[in-house]
Amino acid sequence: MEILLAILVGLLYASGIYMILRRSLVKLIIGIILLGNGANLLIFLLGRITKGLPPIIPENSKVFLEAYADPVPQALILTAIVISFGLQSFAIILVKRAHKVVRTDDLDEMNATDEDS
Amino acid sequence: MKTIILRTASNYLLPVLLLFSIFILLRGHYLPGGGFVGGLIAAIAFVLHSFANGLKNTKSLLRFHPGFLMPAGLALSFFSGLSPIIFAGDPFMTGLWYHGHVPVLGSVGSALFFDMGVYLVVVGVTLTIIFTISEAP
Amino acid sequence: MMQQLIIYPLLFQLFLSIVLMFFWNKINAQKVISITGSIIAVLLSSYVFYYVWENGTQKVNAGSWDAPFGIVFVADTLAVTLVLLTALSGLAVSIFSAGSVIKDRLRFGYFPIFHFLLLGLTGAFLTGDLFNLYVWFEIIIISSFVLITIGGEKAQLEGAVKYFTLNILASTIFLTAIAVLYGLTGSLNMADLAGKVAAVENRGLVEVAAILFLIGFGTKASIFPLYFWLPASYHTPPAAVSAIFGGLLTKVGVYALIRVFTLIFVGDVFLGEILMVLAILTIFSGGVGALVQNNVRKVFSYLIICHIGYMIAGLGMFTEIAISGVIFYLIHDIMVKTNLFMVSGIIFKIKSSNSMRALGGFYANYPNLSLLIFIPLFSLVGIPPLSGFWPKISLIGEGFATENYWTVAAIVFASFITLVIIAKLWAEVFWKDAKEIPEKPKFEYFSDISKAKKTQFILPIVFLSLISLYIGFGAEHIQLLSSRIANELMNSEQYIDTVLNNS
Repeated sequence: MEILLAILVGLLYASGIYMILRRSLVKLIIGIILLGNGANLLIFLLGRITKGLPPIIPENSKVFLEAYADPVPQALILTAIVISFGLQSFAIILVKRAHKVVRTDDLDEMNATDEDS
Repeated sequence: MKTIILRTASNYLLPVLLLFSIFILLRGHYLPGGGFVGGLIAAIAFVLHSFANGLKNTKSLLRFHPGFLMPAGLALSFFSGLSPIIFAGDPFMTGLWYHGHVPVLGSVGSALFFDMGVYLVVVGVTLTIIFTISEAP
Repeated sequence: MMQQLIIYPLLFQLFLSIVLMFFWNKINAQKVISITGSIIAVLLSSYVFYYVWENGTQKVNAGSWDAPFGIVFVADTLAVTLVLLTALSGLAVSIFSAGSVIKDRLRFGYFPIFHFLLLGLTGAFLTGDLFNLYVWFEIIIISSFVLITIGGEKAQLEGAVKYFTLNILASTIFLTAIAVLYGLTGSLNMADLAGKVAAVENRGLVEVAAILFLIGFGTKASIFPLYFWLPASYHTPPAAVSAIFGGLLTKVGVYALIRVFTLIFVGDVFLGEILMVLAILTIFSGGVGALVQNNVRKVFSYLIICHIGYMIAGLGMFTEIAISGVIFYLIHDIMVKTNLFMVSGIIFKIKSSNSMRALGGFYANYPNLSLLIFIPLFSLVGIPPLSGFWPKISLIGEGFATENYWTVAAIVFASFITLVIIAKLWAEVFWKDAKEIPEKPKFEYFSDISKAKKTQFILPIVFLSLISLYIGFGAEHIQLLSSRIANELMNSEQYIDTVLNNS
């Protein structure tokens, strides 16, 4: 399971960065989304995957007796998902506006900021 | 997407989904659910309504701009986070609980109001985003 | 209620932005609330600064969850100093925005989002939790995205796309670094991590995490190979927005680097060398970049990059005196860079151009204003006794003491090149004879606006210039402050004890 997830995370990072390096704005957004998902899965993976052992201490004990599913990574992922939801919707609106004003989808043609003025 | 089936169904689905979103909001303290998911479901209810009946009708149904929900929700969350400082002298965001049984809700505390604030903010933000995207030509 | 004193500046900014959101369509009310609120924020932050200065590091466990399990807010001297500086530049830019930003932009919630940005900055300085730092960074970048795109001009949107992409990439890398560190140690509290990271056996992975942090924060601080978003975007939004960005956004990246590399990844020789090399390259690329630019704001953008190099160099040397130089430079740089972008705004308002070739004749037409602008410009160069001079003594001295001659050479080179650039700017914009610039239709020139608005342009520049003068002439106070901060940073036991002690 860990190996499989590790490969998946690697694939998501690689494809995300590949997409960001393309020139199209839409592919840029897809790349950002893939990269964000890769990071979230990485947190999940590095929080150690434990199945069926909720983080509840038995009544007659004061510490955990065996490995337990860590709830913190899930909280982190949830926060990260909410944040990336906001960022991605902003990205989509930004790209839409940029396309309307600049009339191109090609990042290479967006060079008004480098003009000498 | 102006089929008669969807339009009829959406009229009935809107109140049901809103009720469901509040259910999800209230069960969130100990079970899966909470303000964020509840808010998304409520937003989806309105989005579905706008798909079937057009954006204009949904907006007139809402009466006010959904963006107004953002400051209202933020203020609610802010003051529920602030309440422990004011009332108990505890750090920001400490849970204050009413130790008695309240029917339907179970237990009432500052966390509940915080979640309600989150609910309102999420509905406001999501609807603003989606209305903005679908409005522009 | 006094135990929670340190988070009041943070809560107050949040409160302010909520109140401002209720006045969404009433721009004049927003201006009044924003300016009064910023004044209160300055007073509040000053009191917090005084309190921490007298009583030492303070902390608050948010939600009463004991550290290291819950989120903790820590105010050591560095944090409160930066909170105070944020409030000061916030006040200046708030007044400047009220005068300079046009109504069409203010209508889209400029002021609420501006205060959200200040909230994010204050939170980032005060938090003691790594993931919470990520959240504050996200608040900062989301608000900055909105501020940079408000108005929606062509250049603005193109700049925003570049700014947006690289900043999101940096955030993702920062998140990856947190994931790796959490996987290694199982903790997110920075004070707790300090002990746990030192005990990790897999040093290779720790190094990887450190490099990931360096890339993430380095992009935000715009160090050498990662700075390209900055000159592509900082000259596009209104001058008020550039001012707060130039003053504080890159500095929060520097702050995060200082925090992480003095607390968690301490004393790594390899990292110190990397920082040093990057610092030299940053100084050179920023300096040379600024030399060839013609747009005043682009010159200032490249100078930001150049001067970030100083701070990274000091961090790379990692001695107490070098760190105190870094802190001094940080304090000076926040004030001066905020001021300079406001100056560029006033230049644009007077002549409707920011091109050095087209400008000219300021000294003849506006002698008093020119003398005022002289202060920030030459503080930046560091002509003694102005403020930029003092930190360089510490940095160059430590460069010799630690035998980093290349760094010394780079710092001297950058000081020289800054002098050349500012002298060129002074000659082109202020001394050269005025040229006729075709008048823009529909552009409200400085000479046409009301007296109240003129005050809103000039007052913040006077305010920040006075602070710059104080930093220069009262250097012994700032030196005392920065050496105390450096001492706290180099001896982090006290910080760790304060955070982890839950009694």
